[in-house]
Amino acid sequence: MRKSRLKVIEKLMNTFFVVCGIAALAFVIIITAFLLVSGIPAIKEIGFVKFICGEAWKPTAAEPMYGILPFISTSVFGTLGAIIIGVPIGVLSAIYIAKAAPKKCGTALKSAVELLAGIPSVVYGLVGMIVIVPFVREIFNIPDGANLFSAIIVLSIMILPSVISVSETAIKAVPKEYEEGSLALGATKTETTFKIVVPAAKSGIMTSVVLGIGRAIGEAMAVMMVSGNASNMPKLFGSVRFLTTAVASEMSYSSGLHRDALFSIALVLFIFILIINLILNFGIKEKKR
Amino acid sequence: MKDKVKCKRKLKDFILKLCMYLSATIIVIFLVGLIGYILYRGLGNISFKLISTKPSLVRETIGILPNILNTLYIVIMTLLVVLPIGVGAAVYLNEYAKNKKLVRAIEVATETLAGIPSIIYGLVGMLIFVQFFSLGTSLVAGALTLVIMTLPTIIRTVQESLKTVPDSYREGSLALGSGKWRMIRTVVLPSSIDGIVTGCILSIGRIVGESAALLFTAGMANELIGILNAPMPNQAGSTLTVALYMYAKERGEFDIAFAIAAILLILTFVINMAAKITAKFLKKEEQK
Repeated sequence: MRKSRLKVIEKLMNTFFVVCGIAALAFVIIITAFLLVSGIPAIKEIGFVKFICGEAWKPTAAEPMYGILPFISTSVFGTLGAIIIGVPIGVLSAIYIAKAAPKKCGTALKSAVELLAGIPSVVYGLVGMIVIVPFVREIFNIPDGANLFSAIIVLSIMILPSVISVSETAIKAVPKEYEEGSLALGATKTETTFKIVVPAAKSGIMTSVVLGIGRAIGEAMAVMMVSGNASNMPKLFGSVRFLTTAVASEMSYSSGLHRDALFSIALVLFIFILIINLILNFGIKEKKR
Repeated sequence: MKDKVKCKRKLKDFILKLCMYLSATIIVIFLVGLIGYILYRGLGNISFKLISTKPSLVRETIGILPNILNTLYIVIMTLLVVLPIGVGAAVYLNEYAKNKKLVRAIEVATETLAGIPSIIYGLVGMLIFVQFFSLGTSLVAGALTLVIMTLPTIIRTVQESLKTVPDSYREGSLALGSGKWRMIRTVVLPSSIDGIVTGCILSIGRIVGESAALLFTAGMANELIGILNAPMPNQAGSTLTVALYMYAKERGEFDIAFAIAAILLILTFVINMAAKITAKFLKKEEQK
């Protein structure tokens, strides 16, 4: 009697664990399905080329236009800018933490980076809004500081934690023998670090860059607070709107085709993210040697 | 000739070093500036009245008690749902799964979930929970959205610590005649408690800092919600982060926004410390 009850419990738990295991997979499928179902109709109605390559987004005009090229190119340029500024700073700091810093200094800097990672994005947005936006306006002498440039600055700070922590792990994983060999041949410590250790950690550093791209392209709230939010084609000192902010800023009052088009924008963003994930999972294979 | 080469090498060395130190300095300056500025602008605006009242239109006062409570409700509801699923998934991946392809697929799915931006979670959460399950804009819809979002964190941390449980423990338990579930319940899970706690703390950090995913799922209301009403449909409420966004962007109440920012900053700090301390403490226990 007792034995059979135990068996039932075992079976039950077995099923429970299987269900939990498959949950993550199911969630991904559900998310994809919902985005496809709600995103595709608008693209169909507007026309794929018109939607992706249209340069005007005027959903509430008498003759509504739904072109999201401004959002796509803003997202691409914004991410690119954040990578150009953030990656060198991040990678160099990671090298410093891993190789050059005194132990205490390194741990302190590492905790600092972890703290940066934990700060909510709206807080970055708030500080960007109050400090960076007026600063940019003063320095470049332009009427409004809420523009692509401010967004790039905020984004490059926000990608630092992922760039630093992943690069640092990669750099620390390089075998000590490599360094010893280089040092024994008469190279200085700095030369060894930059010519031997960093190239050896290349794939890890690339992973950190791709992670940074993912983070930058998906950021919504902070960017919404500093980028001005007008649907123009991107200009460094012009008010711009990203893919993420296009969804966030109009969702609350949209309806009909306009609303469906917002889901299509989300679908486009999702495809970008999937591509980045594919690169992470399959493109950078070296890391699993 | 030799001297020239030496000189060049030294110069290069110096420049590279300089760049390195400069970057590290920039980060420190960013961080100190950011924290200093937020605390400077925020701490002075935190008052007992602010954190213990709700906003009142009549008296024209602003209080963030509803937002604090909402954050708490969402944290609790999310963890209640995500913990069993996440721990179960980690146990499945580590103890039960035999099909290598399925494991790989689940791992890829987990990584994909971790990479999806929160605004997409917000949108999908709205489609699934708010509309499809007709929960309405509500705390529970927000919490369920965050369940999907925090699932990868829990799975990953628990799985890491499950991997560190020695196989001899499992063999010992099985040899004494226990079934698989009994072995997991009595031997495996207790030894991986550190991963579960760390996963919880990390998830709390993500939930507290989340805003884009909650904007369209949990809503923007600032009313006080009783604890019994919190898990009900249509009980909308904004968390601290969403409130910060509303006060800063829509209403221009920057003093309140900075006060909330300071509170969030302190919370982040506490959560980070807690994660570190538990990891250290539990590791020590293990070594004994």
